[in-house]
Amino acid sequence: MKPRNRLLTIYAAIVYVFLFAPIVVLIVFSFNDSKRSVNWKGFTLDWYPTLFTDHALVDALSVTLRLALVVVIISTVVGTLLGLALARVRFRGRAATETLLLLPMVTPEIIMGLSLLVFFSAALGWHGSFTQLVFAQVTFCISYVAIVVRARAAGMSAQLEEAARDLGASALGAFRYVTLPLIFPAILSGALLSFALSFDDYVVTTFNAGVGSSTLPLYIYGRVKFGVTPEINAISTIIVTVTAVAVLVAWYTGQRRNATRAVTEDESETDLAAPPPPATPTSRAGAGA
Amino acid sequence: MAAESPAASATTAAPPAADRSSRSPGSRLASAVLVLPGVVWLTILFLVPLLIMVVISFGTSDATGGVVLDQPTFDNYARTLDASFLPTFLNSLRYALIVTVLSLVIGYPVAYWISRYGGSHKALLIVIVMLPFWTSYIIRTYAWMIMLRDNGVVNSILQALGITSEPIILLNTDFSVILGMTYGFLPFAILPLFVSIDRLDPSLVAAARDLYASGRSAFLHVTLPLTMPGIVAAAILTFIPAMGDFVTPDLLGGAETTTIAKVIQGVFLQGRDWPYGAALGFVLMLVTLGGTFLAIGPLRREVAGA
Repeated sequence: MKPRNRLLTIYAAIVYVFLFAPIVVLIVFSFNDSKRSVNWKGFTLDWYPTLFTDHALVDALSVTLRLALVVVIISTVVGTLLGLALARVRFRGRAATETLLLLPMVTPEIIMGLSLLVFFSAALGWHGSFTQLVFAQVTFCISYVAIVVRARAAGMSAQLEEAARDLGASALGAFRYVTLPLIFPAILSGALLSFALSFDDYVVTTFNAGVGSSTLPLYIYGRVKFGVTPEINAISTIIVTVTAVAVLVAWYTGQRRNATRAVTEDESETDLAAPPPPATPTSRAGAGA
Repeated sequence: MAAESPAASATTAAPPAADRSSRSPGSRLASAVLVLPGVVWLTILFLVPLLIMVVISFGTSDATGGVVLDQPTFDNYARTLDASFLPTFLNSLRYALIVTVLSLVIGYPVAYWISRYGGSHKALLIVIVMLPFWTSYIIRTYAWMIMLRDNGVVNSILQALGITSEPIILLNTDFSVILGMTYGFLPFAILPLFVSIDRLDPSLVAAARDLYASGRSAFLHVTLPLTMPGIVAAAILTFIPAMGDFVTPDLLGGAETTTIAKVIQGVFLQGRDWPYGAALGFVLMLVTLGGTFLAIGPLRREVAGA
């Protein structure tokens, strides 16, 4: 077993290098003192301040962040409710609801983008706006939140709620003081996923954005089409760093939550069900395209 | 969908409690509050738009680009089967199939390694695999432009090593598109593969070995069949975005590379022939959903259940 193990380890290391090499190169070139970023000409930080003199970029960033905020709030609420329902409630058409939830995840993004464009145009006479983007993006975020929350809620015992009810808690009280704290890590993961999906989305957004609602991915795409520039390297580096730090922090706090749950007195940290690693997204078919 | 799978029902809901409470009018209201917002949202903003897309695909467009529906026609579908469009369609299919196979072949050993040799670092190793997935797809694709262009990193390395004297054209080729897509969708493949390999009880493999199976046949007859749901899920999660990918063929494939998604995008955002674009979209959806419905059972177990 030993030599095969080593061979496999080397192979895995190569794949990890493959996954990160382009991103590392991108980051390195964002500090390169050369307009054409072909060869290394020395270290500079010049490209970063110039970003904030670019009004189009700053506007796009502001739209992107405001959009992500609204999308995260709506999709987290709607998705959490649906995830809880699928884990806890028996209702007619549950199998159909499950399929309805999975369909957006397995529909190519371009189909979702164009069908929403046609829908808003035909039904409401809208031709792209911030509001239209909110509706469009929430639609593909709900499934991810619901699935993460559902997995967590299905993993915890329903007896906990029953116990609370037996001890005289109202349905709402049992939810507020038992269920909600237990599923909170999943809600947080779902919200984080929604944020990442909204922040990065290009395809659905390009079909539904209008004048004045151009987002950062749209801006970057427009620039990238005309080739490699150090400014794009710099803004890309910032985005990559922010998402990487957010994911690693979320994962780390998830780890600590598990490690400390035995000794903590805070009930929101008490964790009876085996939790999935919070920062591990379930899947994201089509969303990256 | 047909009746729910046993796995799905086994992992959800606590039957006695749910049954008892669903009789009281208060909890019926509560379940409506839980279920309705999501179902209504997805029906109005996901299903209805798809229906409208299908309806429009039978229409025609007038001179100003408006959609005319009074004379339903199959012309748009005839055009999608047209000889001039067929190469584009086959090209998309070819990319998606190659990328799916490559992702499975590259991803499986990595997922296996994380599960079997990752020890206490398994979770971290998976988070690291998923890190590129969290970062913008456009930025990751753009990073390959830096790597692959004529005076890019890969060519510099090849020339420095003396392997070539002239830059090799890497960008705007089939190679760059397939590389970019495989890179982009590899995390989609590794995650479900890891989940199913990690769920596999190692003592089953040990038992096979005890019964004198070779390492190879234990893998072929125990590990591989038992991780098949993960392989199916990984294949779907790679094939669908690859089939509908617009960004990679556009940025890494150049003007010469045509795919169905690029044609759709062009029809909708530059031209105004929405009925034709809608027909193309419906064909693309049939291809991807056709594959998915064949395998939605395993997918449901992998993604939603357990």
